[in-house]
Amino acid sequence: MEYKISIQNLNLSIGKNKILKDINLNIPKNQVTVILGPSGCGKTTLLKCLNRLIDLEENVNISGNIFLDGEDILHTKSDLPGIRKKMGLLSQRPYPLPMNIYDNIAYGLRINGLHNKHLICESVENHLKQVSLWDEVKDRLKEPASRLSIGQQQRLCLARGLAVEPEIILADEPTSALDPLSSTAIEKKFIELKQDYTLVMVTHILRQARRIADYVVFMYLGEIVEHGTADEFFNHPKQEQTKAYLQGTFN
Amino acid sequence: MRKKLLALEEHFFKLLMQLSIALIVLVLSLIVFSIFYRGLPALTWEMISQTPKGGYYFGKEGGVLNAIVGSLYLALGATLLALIMGLPVAMLMNIHLRKFKRLVNSIRFLLDLLWGIPSIVYGAFGFSVMIVLGVKTSLLAGIITVALFILPIMIRAIDEVLKNVPVGLLEASMSLGSNKSQTSFMVYIRQCSSAIVTAIMISFGRAIGDAASVLFTTGYTDSIPTSLTQPTATLPLSIFFQLSSPIREVQNRAYASAAILTFIILFISVLARVLSNKYNKNKIS
Repeated sequence: MEYKISIQNLNLSIGKNKILKDINLNIPKNQVTVILGPSGCGKTTLLKCLNRLIDLEENVNISGNIFLDGEDILHTKSDLPGIRKKMGLLSQRPYPLPMNIYDNIAYGLRINGLHNKHLICESVENHLKQVSLWDEVKDRLKEPASRLSIGQQQRLCLARGLAVEPEIILADEPTSALDPLSSTAIEKKFIELKQDYTLVMVTHILRQARRIADYVVFMYLGEIVEHGTADEFFNHPKQEQTKAYLQGTFN
Repeated sequence: MRKKLLALEEHFFKLLMQLSIALIVLVLSLIVFSIFYRGLPALTWEMISQTPKGGYYFGKEGGVLNAIVGSLYLALGATLLALIMGLPVAMLMNIHLRKFKRLVNSIRFLLDLLWGIPSIVYGAFGFSVMIVLGVKTSLLAGIITVALFILPIMIRAIDEVLKNVPVGLLEASMSLGSNKSQTSFMVYIRQCSSAIVTAIMISFGRAIGDAASVLFTTGYTDSIPTSLTQPTATLPLSIFFQLSSPIREVQNRAYASAAILTFIILFISVLARVLSNKYNKNKIS
């Protein structure tokens, strides 16, 4: 198996609280890796370390290494935007940019140096089609993105992330604010996308993990309890905690 | 019993609120009434279309065009300058210095202190700097002094709104590969455009209405300034000078000038409303 991201001995504390303890993990390329675990176990923090959004937090103490294709991305000070650009982010609830629908996607292209109107237009259309949003919004591209439904907004955010041509897509409980139909749409999209991208998704919905995961990581209280392929993890869990969690008797 | 007490409490505070609202409205309408009652009869086309002629301050012909134009120049200049300095500061505090909450909070505290300093102190400060530099009273000196005076207001008004922008928007923008400055001036500025318009208008209102800070720095003249180095008349000072006159007619003109100032501020407020509604449509909640 080929690995896209390699996390080694990652420790992280905010103030005096240890959030992540000795995380060692390899994230396989072109697969959906699901990080499972109860609330407050450090899933989101781990995700934020990958795209360095953790830099925006106060009092963070961090040690260890994260390699993206063998390149250190945790300690480098240069080109943070470049690192972040490689990882599209889908957050718990969609945050469209305060612009119209068209500009929401064009923004990422423009800041990355694309100014040819024709090319931007083409890219906007392609990426809206890629997330199956084009037919719903093609007549209202100049409308504020905030007028879309939450489900549409989340797909817009996905399209916006894809437009800057990332290699990885990070998703932090991307369906938790969505209705079942929109959730299914996002999940389907994820399965399609793994052809070209490496996906890392945080969730606390077990059934969702069963539906789309290729590789599963189970975290509890800042530690990785168990990780393995979906088949191993769901059908032959090794740790007692994992078994309990899968059976719903975990406390 | 307890239920009754709660109902009574509710009733009491509701009454208290209604009372304070009534009081504010009453005071405001009294001020407006007294200005218009004495000012409107004296408000002629001549007042707003002419500069003071020879005997103006003795009740002869002329108007306060010099002060109207002067005030607009001064307030526009100062607001622009304060915006150019203040907007980046507010952005810096909320985006670049996000991690240093303590530092940012002390900056906020200092700005609130500055906000509380009476404008005459800014005037005196500007004046002493002018003496050191050997500069005479001029429009430019006034603009700079008034800009300093409204700067804390501008920064805090914008800051207060930037503070409440959801962090998810910052993360979304950063994860697309934008740097902090792009996030500031392409994303946050749109999210807060209506608030920024409001901040500009509040600052403009303070700038155009203040007499003390321009007293020493801008000076006074009966002609319309043609360059930044000339002394400039302002409406608040014009009101002050006319009101100090023992002649009844001149006093009435002071009220008329106050009415003009009130109209300008009213116009600006309405404009602010219209503009902020217009820019609000893209805002995400």
